[in-house]
Parts: sequence; structure tokens; C-alpha cells
Amino acid sequence: MPLTQTLEEQATFEIEEFLAAEQAKDLLRFSTAGSVDDGKSTLIGRLLYDSRNVYEDHVRAVTRSGGGSAASSIDFALLTDGLRAEREQGITIDVAYRFFSTARRKFIIADTPGHEQYTRNMATGASTADLAIILVDARKGLLTQSRRHAYIAALLGIPHVVAAINKMDLVDYSEEVFTRLSSDFHELAERVGLKSVEAIPISALEGDNVVHRNERMPWYVGPSLLEYLENVEVICRNDDAPFRLPVQRVIRPHQNFRGFAGQIAAGTVRPGDRIVALPSGRTSRVERIVTFDGELESASAPLSVTVTLEDKLDISRGDLIASADEPPAVANHFAASVVWLHEQPLTLGRRYLLKHASHIVPARVQAVRHRVDIETIEPRDAHSLELNGIGEIEVETDLPILADLYGENRTTGSFILIDAATNATVGAGMVREVLTTAIEHKAERRPRVVLAGRELAAELEERLLELGHPVVRTRVLERSVWRALDEAGVVALVESDDVAQVLSSEFETEPVGDGSVDSVLDALRLSGGKEWV
Amino acid sequence: MASSAVVDVPISTDRQRLSHLKQLEAESIHIFREVASEFEKPVMLYSIGKDSSVMLRLAQKAFYPAPIPFPLLHVDTGYKFREMLEFRDNYTRELGLDLLVWRNEAALAEGANPVKLGTQRCCGLLKTQALLDALRHYGFDAAFGGARRDEEKSRAKERIYSFRDKAGQWDPKAQRPELWNLYNSRVGPGESIRVFPLSNWTELDIWHYIHLERIPIVPLYFAKERRMLVRGDSLIPIEQSFVQGLPGEEQMVKCRLRSLGCSPCTGAIRSDADTLPKIIAELVSFRSSERANRIIDHDQDGSMEIKKREGYF
Repeated sequence: MPLTQTLEEQATFEIEEFLAAEQAKDLLRFSTAGSVDDGKSTLIGRLLYDSRNVYEDHVRAVTRSGGGSAASSIDFALLTDGLRAEREQGITIDVAYRFFSTARRKFIIADTPGHEQYTRNMATGASTADLAIILVDARKGLLTQSRRHAYIAALLGIPHVVAAINKMDLVDYSEEVFTRLSSDFHELAERVGLKSVEAIPISALEGDNVVHRNERMPWYVGPSLLEYLENVEVICRNDDAPFRLPVQRVIRPHQNFRGFAGQIAAGTVRPGDRIVALPSGRTSRVERIVTFDGELESASAPLSVTVTLEDKLDISRGDLIASADEPPAVANHFAASVVWLHEQPLTLGRRYLLKHASHIVPARVQAVRHRVDIETIEPRDAHSLELNGIGEIEVETDLPILADLYGENRTTGSFILIDAATNATVGAGMVREVLTTAIEHKAERRPRVVLAGRELAAELEERLLELGHPVVRTRVLERSVWRALDEAGVVALVESDDVAQVLSSEFETEPVGDGSVDSVLDALRLSGGKEWV
Repeated sequence: MASSAVVDVPISTDRQRLSHLKQLEAESIHIFREVASEFEKPVMLYSIGKDSSVMLRLAQKAFYPAPIPFPLLHVDTGYKFREMLEFRDNYTRELGLDLLVWRNEAALAEGANPVKLGTQRCCGLLKTQALLDALRHYGFDAAFGGARRDEEKSRAKERIYSFRDKAGQWDPKAQRPELWNLYNSRVGPGESIRVFPLSNWTELDIWHYIHLERIPIVPLYFAKERRMLVRGDSLIPIEQSFVQGLPGEEQMVKCRLRSLGCSPCTGAIRSDADTLPKIIAELVSFRSSERANRIIDHDQDGSMEIKKREGYF
């Protein structure tokens, strides 16, 4: 009995040690990319298998599916290729997420397809990655796909990129081949603007330098792929950057509590910090950082928290709480890199919905500055972008977004474009340059709603229709109706018997023009400002 | 000192090396808040299992100090373990949650069970059909589910916001790209999404979090002597009258359940793990995945994918 207890105590002690070690692990997310036959699935299968992260029933399943009766014929690629469709086609068609851990780290792999038409998936995997592995077939060298992947990694700001020069077994583990490809890769990395790069010679099939270093390449003295993954510094924490909290939700359980909930996108916050609420520009100080687990003395990205403020500010979902000293731009006109994700090409002037942080705003693409030719990584003239196209565009939003440049903050510098008609996610954007801030830009805005007395309204309607301009005359005093009309590209002509009263109750603006039809048409076509006549 | 079974270790908030659990927690909370704010009528699918328990805790954290702003829905197949239902009723009452329970009464009245129909058809009626009916009945436009990407190969490709058409069906080729943490919440009339806030958690993460956070779970997860049908390697729970053993099959076995489903289709495993640390220790030494003891997944190659296409979680 005492002996048993001692053994049990021992077991408990070991598990506590194990749990403490588990808890100290951090997280590295990496994406993998390669061309169709580069052996990417084989590499991941090997990485999981050799680091003992595969269950026996899974191995049994792929040994059977592989068809071989020999117990040794494990098809590593089948460990990761999931869906029926891709088994039939023999290629990976969608992003698959894999999980494994070693004694030091937890890893999340975004396994992205190498097939050309699925570049959007590669961008998807890259968007959250701390590191990218680019597979290169040692016999073939750098292909279009390799260039594309390196470029997308740079575009999406992945901090580290590793070239895994695979199939070294098929080039007799030649140092000369590796040296040449490694230098090609470093050259490419410099061209596309990758900063931290590494090349490692491997054979995924044979397991050389994947988990264990192998003596078949004595000339290689660097780390194995896994050793590199375990030791590379994760540098995307952002806790020293200026504080950013996109407000997802106002938490209001009762009259005496008003908290602003969100996931910290950058920086650190402490009670007493001076903040600015945007877009209102009102300032206050942080009162408390409230969580289910108690109040915090400080919180950093990427924690999800709720903060309360010393002053009662009007803040709602979509707003952003930022460091008062270093706020982001309040921008409604900016240049951005974009990866086009949809079969329907980018259309200038079409109404898209832009989602940035916790905010969805109507937006239009005003211009395509250029597209990027992926073969040469050179800019080319373009007026549109096709599926998998990459380019730089100018975007105008109806309401300002609270944006940082993507190079400074991947969370507050990124956005997606949604087609307002189909609800499809069509583009992934990265803010590169703020062209106009909301305040300066107000004067250039097109008029949207015209408020007029009965006679003027009738006359305006007639003239607008003569000019071929879509217009709807309404007596409904409902902002949502006007917005819907505006979103449909129609001038909302609001008719009222008491213009002055509506003007003061519904709008915070002065009448424009001298009340004549021509002055309104002038305003509609030429000058700026919302027109309330 | 070393004999203490539970050590209270707060999750590290080390600035330089944020623990992976803290990161996963922050991510999941972000997802809960997005969905609750952008959808008109969300619901949380509550399966009573360990993953549901973790989801529930994360939802509490997301909206604290306010209550969880959506109801819980349990799709009751009629064949759940008694201990699961007891736990469900007690725990949701204790937390003051709004719990909805839905059963496919018509199919049950006709005597639907896995022995009579086979597991595929039985699941189709009592799980998938019941779920779709419930979502339609209440008009939910977003439903949280506890599925994780590490569970099964077709799950590895699931989005966090999984788009479903008007029939509740999943088309793996029509899923929306998901970049950064920007989720597209736009759906047309009748369309909906399934949301998986635990997508990036592993089975080990779930158990570790339950341990650290002291989250209550159904006692069936802990090993004890239970009456089972012992058939080959399988331990079949005896809860339903149609589960009947041959002479000598019925035995008392020290065992536990690794995942909770319907009693006729969920095998137990022999185990001495009667505490959370022991369960975790057992898990670490395991050589097979948690769904290996689910009888349903092996009926047909790719059977999970087929069920998902039809509308299953």
C-alpha cells in the first residue's frame, strides 16, 4: 500500500512537471507552400510522424489506403490530404490546418495548396503566419510558384521565410546543387523584400534534415528544419507598438457599467493611460481593465479584454480606442495592396463592403495603380484584377476607417472586400499609404440626400430624370431608407413641408445654395458636401 | 507536497512569451464577440461534452460581466447517457443559462435507433435532421459548434465561419477565404453560418484548459468501475434495452469515455484515469485519436465529410 502510493505520487509529480512545461510553450504559426509535386504533403506527414504527433489509427488508415501490403509503405502525403475530391485529383485543393507540438513549442501549420489557381488560399494561410516554408524541388530549382510564394510571403509581411530544398536524395545529396539553389533563393528574397530567410537541404521522403540531422549531407552544418522552427524568434507580438483596441462590443450589464470589449491589436494598456476614442477624437483615461478572471494591471496584444473609461464617451462597435499620443489615421481614401480572391474580377466604381477590424463600411475602388506580373515581379498597367491577381489599388470608403499602415500593424492595417450583391469575400487588402484623412476629405464628398420643399422637389425630380440621373422622391423621414437609396446609387430626394424643422432635427448642417434648381444641380454634380437645400 | 493532485497555476501572462493557451483563449473570445455583434440570432450548440464545457467558459469570459447574450441548444437524440442529461440540467441551471432542447420526436416515435437503422441513417435522422429542424424552427442565423480542426481530416479544412446554404449544407469548394481575423458575416435570407471558436485547439489544449480553469465536466470522463458489454476490444455501455450482450459479455470494467456521444455508439476505454492530471497523462501516452472509439466514423471512408455535406457539424 505505501509503495503504491509512492508510485502514484511519483506519477502525479511527473504530470505536474509536464503540465508546467506545457504551459510555458509558446505558439508558432507557419504556412507551407509548394508546387504540385514538390512533396509538401509528404514533408508535413514526415514532420508529424517523426516528431511523434501522429496517432496509430491514422497511420493504419493511410497504410491501407496506400494499397501496399508491406507494413512499411506509409504514404506520408495521405496523412494530410483530407477531402475526397483531392484524393481523386491527387492534389490539395484547400487550406488545411495541422497541429503538432514539441517539447518547446506548439505549432499550427496552414498547409496551403500549390496549384496555381488556388493562390488565394496561399494568401489566406500566410495572413496569420509567423513563418513560411517554401518547398523547392532540388531537381527543378525555383519555379514560378516559388517566386509567387516568396512574393506573397513578403506582401503579407511574414516575418521569417525558409526555403526547404527538397528531394536532395534525387540529386545525390549534392552540395553544389544546394549552394546554387540557396543563392538563387537569397537573390529572390532580396528582390521581393524578405528580411529573415534560411535555406535548408532536406529529403522529406527519406526524412533527412526534417526532424533529425542526417550524415548523408555532412557538408551541411545548419539546423534541421524542426530545430529551426523550434528556435526561431516569434516577433509578431507588437506589445511595444502604440495601443490599439478595436471595439467589438459595448458591454452593458446594468446602468453602472459600460465596458468596451475587444482584442488588443497592438501595444499595452494600463489603468490611467490617456486614450483617444476614434473617430470622435474625444480623449479620456483608462479606468479599469476588466476580465472574467479579475482586473488586470496591464494587458498587451493579443489579449481579449474589456476596458472602462474615466469619462462617459459615446463609443460603439467599429470605433477604436488608441493611445492618445500616437493615434492611427482616420482615413477614407488610401492606397492598398490587394490580392483578388474571386472569379468575378475587380470592378472600378462597384460598391463593395470593406471590413476593417470590427467595422464594415461601404467602399469603392477608385483606381488600379498597377498589377504585379508574378513571373517578373514587375508592375504592369491594369484597370482590373482577375482571380489570384495581385496589385495596388486606391480605395475610397463612405465612412472613415481607423487604419495603420500594414507594415506597422498587420491587424489594423488589413481589410477584406466583400461584394455587396453576392456577399462573397472578393479581396484581401493591406493599407500602404493614407491619401486623405476624413477631415480634409469631407469637402470632396459627393452629395447623397437632397432635402427640399414640395415645389422644388418636383422640379428637381423632373430635371434629374431629364439628365438621366436616377432619383427617388420620398416623404419618408427615415435615415435607413435614404442610406438604402444612396447605396443603390440613387439620389434620395426627400420632400418635406417644413424643411427648416427637418433640417434642424435630422441634420447638423446649414442649407447650401440659393434654393434654385440650378444651384442644387450645381452642387450635385460639381462641388462637395452633403446637400440639404 | 508532491502528492497534491491539483496545483493552482495561473495561465502565464508573460509579455514576451504569451502562452499558447492564452493566445487561443483570446482568439476564441474575439470570435464569440464578433458573432454575437454581427448576427441577429446566434445560438450555441451545446453537446454536454468537454469541448462544449470549454466553449461555455469562453463565452462567459467574452461577455463578462454581462450574461451570455444567446441561448444554448442541445440536440437530444434520445440516446444520450443519463449522466450527461443530469449534468446538462444542473450546470445550465446553476449558471442561469437559457437552454433549448430539441428532439426529432417523429423519428423517435417510429422507433429510430442505430441497431434498427444503422449508424449512418440513425445519425442522419436524430442528429443532422433534428439540428436542421431546430435551426429552422427558431430562425437562428449563426450556430456555435465545438468542433476542432485536429479531430478529423475533413475538419482540418473547415473555416472558423463555415458557410451553409439554405438547406444547411456545406460545400467544401464554396467556402469563403478567411484572412487575418477578419470574418465575413454577410449571409442572405435563409442562409446561415456555423462558427467554430475552438478550431485551433487540440484535444490536449482542451484538457489542459479544463484543468487550469477547473471547468466542470460530465463524470463519465473519469475512470470508475462500470457495467459494460465486453466484445473484442470494444467496451459497449449498457444504457438502452436494445443493446444486449451475449452470455458472459456483461462485466464490471474500470473504464471511462474519451468523447461523449450516444450511448449505443460510443465505446469506453479501459482506464485508471480518475483525475484530470491522470487523464492528461493518459492522453499523452495514447497512440490513437479520440474519434477512434466512435463507431460511426468508420462505417465508410470519408464518412465525416459526407455527414458534413449533409448538414452535420
